[in-house]
Amino acid sequence: MNQAPTTPAPAEACASCDVYRAAQLKKLGLAAGDHDFVVALAGNPNTGKSTVFNALTGLRQHTGNWPGKTVARAEGGFSYRDRRYKLVDLPGTYSLLSTSVDEEIARDFLLFGRPDVTVVVADATRLERNLNLVLQVLEITGRAVLCLNLMDEAERHGVKVDDRQLARDLGVPVVPASARFGRGLPELLGAIEQVALSPVSGRVHRLSEEPPAIRSALGELTARLRAAYPDLPNARWIAMRLLGGDDRVASALRRGELAGLADRARGAREGLFNEAKEAAR
Amino acid sequence: MSTPPEVGAADVSAGAGEEIFQLSRRLRGGIEGDVHEHLVEALYADAGRIASRAVSRPGRERRATFDATLDRIVTSRVWGFPVMLGLFALIFWLTISGANVPSALLADLLVGQGYPWLRDLAVAAGLPAWLRGLTIDGMYLATAWVVSVMLPPMAIFFPLFTLLEDFGYLPRVAFNLDRLFQRAGAHGRQAMSTMMGFGCNAAGVVATRIIDSPRERLIAILTNNFALCNGRWPTQILVATIFIGGLVPAHFAGLVSAAAVTGVAMLGVGFTFATAWLLSRTILKGQVSTFSLELPPYRPPRFWRTLYTSLIDRTLFVLWRAVVFALPSGALIWLSANVEVGGRSLAEHAITGLDPLGLALGLNGVILLAYVIAIPANEIIIPTVLMLTVLSAKMTGVGGEAGVIFELDSPEEIKRVLTAGGWTVLTGVNLMLFSLLHNPCSTTIYTIYKETRSARWAALATLLPLFIGFAVTALVGFLWRALA
Repeated sequence: MNQAPTTPAPAEACASCDVYRAAQLKKLGLAAGDHDFVVALAGNPNTGKSTVFNALTGLRQHTGNWPGKTVARAEGGFSYRDRRYKLVDLPGTYSLLSTSVDEEIARDFLLFGRPDVTVVVADATRLERNLNLVLQVLEITGRAVLCLNLMDEAERHGVKVDDRQLARDLGVPVVPASARFGRGLPELLGAIEQVALSPVSGRVHRLSEEPPAIRSALGELTARLRAAYPDLPNARWIAMRLLGGDDRVASALRRGELAGLADRARGAREGLFNEAKEAAR
Repeated sequence: MSTPPEVGAADVSAGAGEEIFQLSRRLRGGIEGDVHEHLVEALYADAGRIASRAVSRPGRERRATFDATLDRIVTSRVWGFPVMLGLFALIFWLTISGANVPSALLADLLVGQGYPWLRDLAVAAGLPAWLRGLTIDGMYLATAWVVSVMLPPMAIFFPLFTLLEDFGYLPRVAFNLDRLFQRAGAHGRQAMSTMMGFGCNAAGVVATRIIDSPRERLIAILTNNFALCNGRWPTQILVATIFIGGLVPAHFAGLVSAAAVTGVAMLGVGFTFATAWLLSRTILKGQVSTFSLELPPYRPPRFWRTLYTSLIDRTLFVLWRAVVFALPSGALIWLSANVEVGGRSLAEHAITGLDPLGLALGLNGVILLAYVIAIPANEIIIPTVLMLTVLSAKMTGVGGEAGVIFELDSPEEIKRVLTAGGWTVLTGVNLMLFSLLHNPCSTTIYTIYKETRSARWAALATLLPLFIGFAVTALVGFLWRALA
């Protein structure tokens, strides 16, 4: 389900056309009160998250060419093909493992805010470094889209990125974009919708090489977590954090908050998915 | 369709959670080495493999040469600081020399023309004298002053600064300053929150969230006030133009004033380092953390959009804040000038009371009172000082009634009023210093309280710069008089 976005709508030719898609976008600015889906924007600092945010919501979050500009989360809304989305712009972080306030804000929202879709904005010119965060996000949630931003710069610098190879390896949709110039945004909207409406996340990349030193401990703890919370989509990541001594995750576990993490939005999503299937029939 | 969690499920899982937590602690004990490092290694290995499969570089890296050359210059040990100082001085010079004419025009329009017109209108409408005084002499005049003093410099300064920001120069400044921050015992990322502080200290305090060590974050919060915020730029620019620029021939005035403002801003950076050094060796001892700083590629700024957003987001936003605070302050000043106790107005009582301390500091009672009234916003210092000066000096021909300022539509006019109020070059110099070194505005103090969740740190952040301000102005005053 992850590659080649197939839209099972009647007017298929229309649905895949940029002009048509862009016309389906309504920027709702701050009016995100009543929404069907929550979309989080994560990514390394200075990759253009706020630019994507502004382009989709019509808001004017201050953007700047320096890392660390957004330190709080900003929220806005847009509507695409008659569904309303709340978009949350998270602080840019290099990882989700440290304890600075900005990383905690991003991590807590991904883990406890349970967005329906997480868009990870990555700098195409510095893919390897950006992938560190992408892989961490994928450990938390498979309901993700990778927005490969700054493609214009990558081209100028002679860097070529094979987005289809990347999508195969990561198991999530990959959308090349140049948000500063509005390029790739229609495709991004399509991918967001696709992930929002699909009932389960596909075969998402998980860390392939478990460090040998922690393999057995990780296996045991993950198994116990899965047994206790069958709905938890990121048991292994939680196990890793527990082994790493993450106080925030530990206290959530001890207070029984993890039970609440079982897919809260799933019901609503399945409802919409069935609706879409009905309509397609 | 949805299945809400069953009642009681939380209790069960809380028990299971505790059990799993205990298991994790046992397992942790049996792991060799650092879990975190094992994990990061695995992440890097995977990221490297995936990236190598997806990325190819068929083309030559063309821009690398341009970016690298530029970076070699602006971050070089020799040229880094001169380039930085030069760029900032250029921005200040453009601001100072460009703002004069529109400022005078606005003052003429709002104060020179608008004020008498409104007054006549109020008289014709039969408004009682006290209401006329409160609204037009107090609130309108203070607001008109704020707009004419602040709007032109901000409309020039912010777009220029934002263009530099969009281009990608700020991380290079952070890179240059990093060595100094490290030597001062502070975190290199503090350079970023300091840069934000040049816009607004409250925003700068929030920006310290990117610093993960609590110790270094506190240092960054406590010293952010030494970054000259935009509410203080108009004061600096006007006082420098009048008192420093006035010392040299007219065609050098703009340049010398710009140099003076740059000097004060750099002095602030100096105080940031000195205070950070002091804090990290006394109440906030500890190790300096390492971090990585990314130098993003230079990007051609999108000129018109930058112009538009910086005008809307920054200039008008800050101006609006100033206006919101100027309205009640104008009323307050008018009231303090017109409510009399024992034959003298409240303001006169306060000024006489503060004068001994003020004069000892090389300032005066008017300035100190103005800084009390202007705690909510530094932006209204100049209008407040002028109103109070006119009032306390009992000037005739300038203010028609108590607490009224008239046509002061050029720096020369303002200088005439201030000189008549007993100001000297020393007062001007010390006002510039005190504007840099005094308590943060109430918004910033509240932000510090919110970010640190501690009244004690907020109090220290308030009193520390004030204390330094008193010490520095007193010292300068003493030396000045000793040498004169």
